[in-house]
Amino acid sequence: MKIYIPLDSAAKALGADEVAEAIQAEARARGLEIELIRNGTRGMVWLEPLVEIEENGERLAYGPLAASDVPALFDGKIETLGRVEDIPFFAHQTRLTFARCGLTDPLSLADYQAHGGLTGLRRALGMNALQIVEEVKTSGLRGRGGAGFPTGVKWDTVRMAKAPQKYIVCNADEGDSGTFADRMIIEGDPFCLIEGMAIAGLGTGATKGYVYIRSEYPVAIDMLRQAIQIARIEGVLGASVLGSRHAFDMEVRVGAGAYVCGEETSLLNSLEGKRGVVRAKPPLPALEGFLGRPTVVNNVISLATVPVIFEKGAQFYADFGLGRSKGTIPVQIAGNVRFGGLFETAFGMPLGQLVEEIAGGTASGRPVKAVQIGGPLGAYFSHDDFATPFGYEEFDGQGGLIGHAGVVVFDDSADMLKMARFAMEFCAVESCGKCTPCRIGAVRGVETLDRIAAGDAGAVPLLTDLCEVMKDGSLCALGGFTPYPVLSALQRFPEEFGTVKEAAE
Amino acid sequence: MPRDIPQPDTDEIKALIAGVSDLEGPLLPILHALQDAYGVIPDIAQPLIAEALNISRAEVHGVVSFYHDFRTLPAGRHVVKICRAEACQAMGGAALGEHAQARLGVEWHGTTENGAVTLEPVYCLGLCACGPSAMVDGKLLGRVDAQKLDRIIGEIEA
Repeated sequence: MKIYIPLDSAAKALGADEVAEAIQAEARARGLEIELIRNGTRGMVWLEPLVEIEENGERLAYGPLAASDVPALFDGKIETLGRVEDIPFFAHQTRLTFARCGLTDPLSLADYQAHGGLTGLRRALGMNALQIVEEVKTSGLRGRGGAGFPTGVKWDTVRMAKAPQKYIVCNADEGDSGTFADRMIIEGDPFCLIEGMAIAGLGTGATKGYVYIRSEYPVAIDMLRQAIQIARIEGVLGASVLGSRHAFDMEVRVGAGAYVCGEETSLLNSLEGKRGVVRAKPPLPALEGFLGRPTVVNNVISLATVPVIFEKGAQFYADFGLGRSKGTIPVQIAGNVRFGGLFETAFGMPLGQLVEEIAGGTASGRPVKAVQIGGPLGAYFSHDDFATPFGYEEFDGQGGLIGHAGVVVFDDSADMLKMARFAMEFCAVESCGKCTPCRIGAVRGVETLDRIAAGDAGAVPLLTDLCEVMKDGSLCALGGFTPYPVLSALQRFPEEFGTVKEAAE
Repeated sequence: MPRDIPQPDTDEIKALIAGVSDLEGPLLPILHALQDAYGVIPDIAQPLIAEALNISRAEVHGVVSFYHDFRTLPAGRHVVKICRAEACQAMGGAALGEHAQARLGVEWHGTTENGAVTLEPVYCLGLCACGPSAMVDGKLLGRVDAQKLDRIIGEIEA
């Protein structure tokens, strides 16, 4: 009998380690032979810790379980949720990037290969760099970190750059609130990221990779380091990738608690051992990146999607999605929701369906008031925006962004003025200090919102003006996008800023 | 568990620096290694790093002071981090943060007078579907309410 208990951070935070211990103790006490596998999460956080028992060719789920439930579990007195694949939240997904996450043993390369792993890398090894880049371009893959820049175009720039050393840098500094897809795939299917980076290396001529992971993710750091070590021993990484004439190796670097290091140029500075301040562009990192050399900087999900594109073909991937947003997007449903977790789906699902149907409304049972999409720099949306389909251009058209596809739901107790103030406060705490609109503007923004909160509705035009300056004058998305949550809260919930009252007077 | 912080020793610091200094971009790995060993970046380490990497002391200081993670003063014996970010706020994270400050009698970044507990804000632990979340001495916790937090603080203070 095989028993799967997730080692995912969210499962651990809800008691998975204690459940695992209790299961081992109970099995020992009963003299039962079990094979305990710590897998990734299936992504349904409200069911964590979710235990799966595989016996006689059937794999059944139980959850959420507490350590005290374990004797009853062995007695067969806990009702099963059935197969994970049949749970509606899971059944409605299109899992391409996350196909293996939670299904396999994350540190078993054999298990990884048994579920399609390394097929993409083997195929890429039979192609030249140009063909690899063309395949990525055909897939329509765009940067999943938020900017949505076509991944193949970025790779092509690095491919064509002449330099003795090029790099693949993976941005795993997933600091946006409401997002956890990077963490989840690194913890649940780390070989997938390794394979994607190796393919990126082949496509661009880079032989060295770095994964910059935030220090707030200790489990992911540990898992990826172990997986890299296994990949080296098994010949996936090293001087000869899978026995080919190509070399590629990689290592993990740990951040130090600076949100701004999720911005690619400040990440590169941090990786070089400098303060994580933003660099002006140009030069593009693709031409002058890490240590001034050509560098691909891609988000975890972009790179972890590459293997499935090469396994199943670019056209297969491009056939999913909507307009210029091709393929699937792992939506992270978070905040005040009944069914929170990771929902991978083709682009195009309307926001309202995600919030009301998939997420099941709020956990508190109160009406949904606002939904923040794309992290602390993303806009607050209201019911009026629920018809917006999930896509890069579609969200842009509504004055927002999909960012890293985090969806944070708030019920009607949310104070939107406070949320706007928090956005400015966060920007002030995390500003790297290089450009004035962000460094000073965020501080002035907090003060101006405090004036509005004190009843000075006359400060509203000042706030709007300040936001314009930050938007147009900041060097990077931190100062440049902080106005999104602030202005969207102001526009969609004006009564909370006292402006409606003023107009009536 | 209370952690005894060993007194820094120049040779030991030099050895720690040398252990990672041939990496590309070695400064952050060096600082992490030092903080893992001593709980802080010892004052005497900064000139040693500057010398080893052939950069100015000001540059080293600039990097140490830029990142929230690096400490120059030791934390309490236990560190409680509470997420202040939006997804946790949607589940009552702000109230939990206020409760923690009142319960411990400190503000954010503060350490209780007896040196037992340091309270730190954290902006996202990636536990956004089971907020409010916290991390106590490296252990992750989801769906933390005031009661659960009081119990945990009671345990670590004991």
